[in-house]
Parts: sequence; structure tokens; C-alpha cells
Amino acid sequence: MQQGAAAAEPAHAAEPVLEARDLVKRYGDRLALRGVSLSAAAGELVAVIGPNGAGKTTLLSILAGIQSPDEGTVSKAPSEIGWVPQQAALYGKLTVAENLRLFARLEKRPDPEAVVERMLDQTGLRDRAGDQVSTLSGGNRQRVNIAIGLLAEPAVLLLDEPSAALDPRQRERLWEFILELASGGTTVVYSTHNVQEADRHAHNVLVLADGERLFAGSPRELEQAVGGSDFEEAFVAFLREKGH
Amino acid sequence: MRWLLVKDLQILRRSPLLVAMLVLYPILIAALVGFAVTSGPSKPRVAVLNQVPTDRTKIDLGGENVNVAKEAKPLFDAITVVHVKTEAEAIEKVRSGDVLAALILPADITQQLQEATSGSGTHPTVRVYYNAEDPAKQAFVENTIKARVQEANAALSKKVTQVALSYLRLIGSGGQFSFLGRSFDVLGLEKSEAVLRGLQATLKDPGQKRALQPVIQFASIARQNLDLAGPLLESVGNPIQVQAKVVSGGSTPLGAFAAAVAVAVTLMLVTVLLAAGSLALEREENAFRRLVRGLVTQTQLLVEKVGLAALCSVVVGLVLLAGLSLFVNLPWGRFHLWLLALLFGAAAFGALGVAFGALTREVRAASLLAFMASLPIAVLGLVPSGAVSNALYDVVRGVSAVFPFRATLDALDAALGSSGSIGLPLLHLALLLGGWLIVARVALRRFA
Repeated sequence: MQQGAAAAEPAHAAEPVLEARDLVKRYGDRLALRGVSLSAAAGELVAVIGPNGAGKTTLLSILAGIQSPDEGTVSKAPSEIGWVPQQAALYGKLTVAENLRLFARLEKRPDPEAVVERMLDQTGLRDRAGDQVSTLSGGNRQRVNIAIGLLAEPAVLLLDEPSAALDPRQRERLWEFILELASGGTTVVYSTHNVQEADRHAHNVLVLADGERLFAGSPRELEQAVGGSDFEEAFVAFLREKGH
Repeated sequence: MRWLLVKDLQILRRSPLLVAMLVLYPILIAALVGFAVTSGPSKPRVAVLNQVPTDRTKIDLGGENVNVAKEAKPLFDAITVVHVKTEAEAIEKVRSGDVLAALILPADITQQLQEATSGSGTHPTVRVYYNAEDPAKQAFVENTIKARVQEANAALSKKVTQVALSYLRLIGSGGQFSFLGRSFDVLGLEKSEAVLRGLQATLKDPGQKRALQPVIQFASIARQNLDLAGPLLESVGNPIQVQAKVVSGGSTPLGAFAAAVAVAVTLMLVTVLLAAGSLALEREENAFRRLVRGLVTQTQLLVEKVGLAALCSVVVGLVLLAGLSLFVNLPWGRFHLWLLALLFGAAAFGALGVAFGALTREVRAASLLAFMASLPIAVLGLVPSGAVSNALYDVVRGVSAVFPFRATLDALDAALGSSGSIGLPLLHLALLLGGWLIVARVALRRFA
């Protein structure tokens, strides 16, 4: 049973911090994204959901600047966006502090040591600062992974399946951390397979299937669209209605 | 890029097994090469059955006793003799591998030799037994025995020539001659001519004088021709002499060349493995996409990996050279050239390594490819001209030129010896550095 705080309403929902318009991505003959648009305001939590192969990771990769779209635009440069890959992108032989310090230096932060100290406090990993990352649990590793995405203090944070492979307790602590970030004004866009997670921790959801945007709006709006009372049931019914 | 290098060195420091291998490997190679270069080839162990009675080791050459055992000494100096008592024992020692071969000297060999030198009978024959368990060993034993027997033959031939020459000198110049315990004065052609000329001067009869003239002339011509026979006979024992001149390549001492080969092999293995492994590790740690997302460019990442691998391998190469200098005389005065050769070679190998790493994308696969490719690259680089057909050698040379091993070996050879200019190999290595970096950069497109 998942517990933890639900997402509070964003402070400045009307002003988009991140905007992507009509994104198209092709892999050979296959269309991975078909003109997908997305908008997120400061402090907003946006969940990208959809079945396997929907184009969730492709969308996040384009927003992060890892891939270029064949068509369409993204309002922010990759350097202004924090990105947290699904699998922790960390060096197992380095300690938590060394990983943070390395990426702070590569991010050209003016005072890397101060940034490391701040991140150790923010992630609650101060007591593990000297431990090699390979010795950490999956949850703690993911916290360091997210912390590295936040080193440059980006206005937008992209998380690709952040809670995958975490146990419920680790997942709860992770969401507490992410919600805290959002309440501080950071825009968080994340992909997930866990529909309940999107229901609980997103202001808005973007439903993708076969690279096509099927829905954008709040979880309640999705429920209302199919006339259901449970978000997961509504989501499945919605996909079926749309032929997926 | 600097921080990435520091990070990689930190990771390296925390990989004790890898560091131990990097430290121990050059020490082991230095010790092995040093031992091989300084110890030289050992004498082959050969079982010898000498059936010749001790009182029958001499032959008579025109009245002079020649000790065959003494003249055949070179044969036994070149081998470690294992005395056996029977032919069966000799064969058993060969079969068991205790000795490389067995040499049987039959009891009548001196008699056969005596008959051969007097122009009758057949050539004396020794029997040799050896294992032909593989073609290489068979060729080695055959060549060794042939060379040693040739040396013994040459010594005997020299002795026979010396005896023949002493006879010729006796006929030409005269002197003492012993036969069957009795001594004779031999007048010789030179004195005969003088005696005849003296006699001719005392003769009054012109007819008698004319009759004596052809005899004097014969003695004179015979003496002059015998003077020519000496060098002719000497040349029979050693008819062809070798005057060798180096057309291409240098005059690097064998020890220095062995050191160059050892360093080139080490440089290749350490650099290619480190460069390939460290690049593939970025992908395995999932860090590659995070890094190239604006923190460093892909080219900077490749250069950093080449730098890391080159830095480590140059240090290893210098340690190896220092170790080898304990065994081999290396020119420390050319240290700057050593460094240049090591730097260029390591950089080119590093580029090859990152290309392997980018192509394979996994540490294990990268390491496997590095090992599997390095050995044939080294072997191809060591194939000398003339060892294979011209067409095949051209192919080998072409393939070798694509990889940095041969060029590194040439650069090290020039730096450690005096084998031509170092400029051309360095230029070759610089081109290979650029070429393999391009391959790696293209391969990175599908790396993430």
C-alpha cells in the first residue's frame, strides 16, 4: 500500500516554464512521436503515462536534449533542464560525495563543495557521504541520482521512471523528496508505469500511446472523460476507447 | 575533462587487482625478457656412445699421427654430453626426453677415417637418434647436429690440409722427413735448382749445358707452382667467405631490439585494454548519456580516455624500460626519444582502444576484443620480409600499417637503438591516432 503526501497545487500554474510543441521523432520508418506537445508550469508535477512503447522515454530524452526531434521545438535548452535517467548514472567505485563533487565540477558550479554539502542535506545522505555508491541500496542510489540532476538548480527536472525497482518504503521516501522539490518551485516531469503513482503525485497527466498524445489534463479530468471513479480503471477504459 | 581524468584515476586506484596487474605486468615482462636476452641459448643435452677404443683414436696422415678425438672437440664443446654405455640406453634416453638426441660413434670410425684419407674405403659415418615429435624440434635437432658435424669436419679438413701443405713445403724447400722412425734429409726443388745451376756453370760442353737446362727449368716451374698450391689448398677448406652489409634497417643490438618488442607489446596491451575498458565502463555505469548531455562533448570524452590510458601506459613503459636497463645496455642519453616514442605509441594505441570500446559498448566484450585483436596485431607486426611470399608480405605489411604496433616498434627501435629516423614512425602514429579517433567518434553514434 503506497502512502505519502499527494501533490499540492502548484503556486504559479498559469505560467509555463517548459513548453514542447509538435514533437516528431522517427526511427527509420517507425514514428515514435507524432506531433506531441507538452506544457508545464513552475512547481507543477506532470506524469507521462502510457503502455509500453508509447514513446514516454523518447519524449523525455528529447526534452532532456539527449535526442533531437525530427520536427518540433522545446522551449528550454538542455543545460537549463535537470535529467534523471531511469537507471542510476553514477560511478559505483566513487563515494556519494565524490559523485556529487565530480558532477558539480562538470556542471561548473562556482562553489562545488557548498553544492555537495547542500545536496547531502537535501537527500538526507550525509551519514553515507563517504560510502561508495556500489554499497548503497537502490533507493539511496536513486536519491543520489536525482541529486545529481538537481546540481545545477534547474527550473525543470525530468525523471524517467524514478520509482522503478524500488520497494514501497523506498518509493514513499522518494516521493516525499520529489514533492518537496515541487513545492519549492521546481517543475517535475516524470514518466511512470505506475498509474496510481500518477494519480497520487501528478497535477497533470499526459497519456501517450503509439507516439500519439491521447490526453493532457488532470487525473480527475481523465476520470470524468470516461465517467469512472477510479483513476486506474478510467485510464484502462480510456485507452480501450481510443483503440489501444 | 580534467575532472573526468581525476575520476578515472580514483576509480583505477580503487581497483587493486587492475593496479596490481599494471604494476606486476611490466616487472614480469622485464624480468622474462632480461633473462632471455642475457642467458643466451643453452647447450643441447646429447647422449654420446663412444665405441672407439681409447688406443685407436689416432689416424696416420702421411706419417703424422692425428688425434681424431682432439680434432672433433668442437662437436663436444657445443653440447652437454651425457655418456651412455649401450646404444639401447642412448635410444631410451632420447625416447624419454632426457636428451635431445643420441650420437653413436662406431668402433671402426677411425679406421674408416684412415681409409678415407688414404683415398680408399667409404666415408666414416656416425649415427644420430632423435625425437621428431614436432616439425620445429625436428628441424632444430637436424640443424644443430648438422652444424656441429660440419664444425668437426672443418677441423679435420684443416688438419689434413696442414699435413698436405707441410709435404708440399718439404718438396719445395726441402728439410727433415721422418718415416717409420727414421729421419731423411729432403733436398727440395729450390735447392735442387740451385745445385743444378751450379753444376751447369761448371760444364764446358755446350751440349751438356743445353741438356741440363730443361731439368733446371722444370725444378724452377715446379717450385713456383707449388708456391701457388698452398693458398689453393687452404681455400678448399673454406672456399666461400661471407661479407655481409646491411642494406636497410639499422644496427640495433639484439638486446635493445628485444627491449623494444617487450615495451611495444606491453604498451599495446595496457593502453588498448584501459582505453577500451574505461570508455565501455561509462556506458555500463549509465553515465555516458549524462556526461555528453552538455557536460563534455563526445570528442572530449574520447580524448580523456586516450589521455588516461596513455598516461598509465607511458608510466608502465618507463618502469619496464628502467627494469630492462638492468639486463640490457640501453642508451639513457636518448631518453627524450624514448619518451616521444612511448607518448606517440600510447596515444595511437589509446585511440585504437577507444574505438574498440565504442564498437563493443561493454567492458567484458571490449576487454575480449582488445586481447583477441592485440595478439595477431603483434604477430603481424613482427613478420620479417622474406619470411613469407612477396604478395603475402605486402598484405601483412598493409594490415600492420593500419594498427599502431609496427609503427610503435619502429619508433622504439629508433629510440633505443640506431635504426633510422624516428620521424617517420611518429608521423605514422600521429595519422593512426587521428584515424582511430574518427572510427571511435563514428562508433559512438550508437554507443548510448
